[in-house]
Amino acid sequence: MFFIGGGLVAVLYVWAVVGMPLFGSIFHPYRDLAIHAAVAHGTANAVSAVNFDQRAIDTLGEETIFFASVLGAAALLRPSKEEREKRGGHGGAEQVMASTRLAGYVLFPLTIIIGLDVVAHGHLTPGGGFQGGVVLATGIHLLYVAGSYDALERTRPVHLYEYSEVAGALAFVGLGFAGIVIAGAYLANVVPYGGFGHLVSAGTVDLLSFAVGIEVASGVIVMLAHFLEQAIALQGGPHE
Amino acid sequence: MNGVVLVIALTLVAIGGTAVVMTNAPERQAVTLGLYGVLLTMLFFALQAPDVALSQLAVGTAIVPLMVMLAIRKIRGGRS
Repeated sequence: MFFIGGGLVAVLYVWAVVGMPLFGSIFHPYRDLAIHAAVAHGTANAVSAVNFDQRAIDTLGEETIFFASVLGAAALLRPSKEEREKRGGHGGAEQVMASTRLAGYVLFPLTIIIGLDVVAHGHLTPGGGFQGGVVLATGIHLLYVAGSYDALERTRPVHLYEYSEVAGALAFVGLGFAGIVIAGAYLANVVPYGGFGHLVSAGTVDLLSFAVGIEVASGVIVMLAHFLEQAIALQGGPHE
Repeated sequence: MNGVVLVIALTLVAIGGTAVVMTNAPERQAVTLGLYGVLLTMLFFALQAPDVALSQLAVGTAIVPLMVMLAIRKIRGGRS
């Protein structure tokens, strides 16, 4: 029975693929329209223009999904009644190899700067809010990889990042309302466009990229904080 | 030339996917998953999609294996 259905799907799939334009051909109507609209709004990175300008409402949906999933993970990972802090610390810095620690010293500022660069230049170079946010969050956890869990806890107050995640999400929604107030359409590109290829260009694309970058970085940090707390700092659950 | 690069990248991705599936223990699969993420990143880069490649590199190579290993450690109760 399965092979009959599978064979039918295979026939339909081959028929559909053969009828499509060739892989890598020049026939691409969406590309023609999207790049034209991106350049008309002064955005050098057409993918960011599609993300934050032409289809910004989809990005709003994606950020809401991300926010909700971080919320769900935090709710699932909160400590239960039997779990409590481990006595005697969580494993000190003396267990880390010297080469790892050197790599952490060198890579930690580099990663933070690269993350900020990817977020800030979202409208010029490949990247944008989401990619830069994840790079930033991963960079901060180099403190845990090359140092100790205590070092990470001291420099990463989780409440601060919970608030900044909410601030990022609200900034995105608020910029959309600015579009309504000025141009009559939600998430319209209402900030002046500037020169093509300059840092100040593309209107709201850069601002929305910053908002998304703050939200995604804070969200990933909060989610990993709950994971790390459960795996490292707590004991006494039903398995121990 | 571009066709050769794409064929090589696609073949590496196919081999990587098979390797991930055929790894037995979940904690080892986390490592193979990270490697598979890097192969996917190179495929997306060869297909001229750098934004997607950045997303895949950040999420699939760093975050997902970390979460998998933390979840495994928690489930095993700290013994592993």
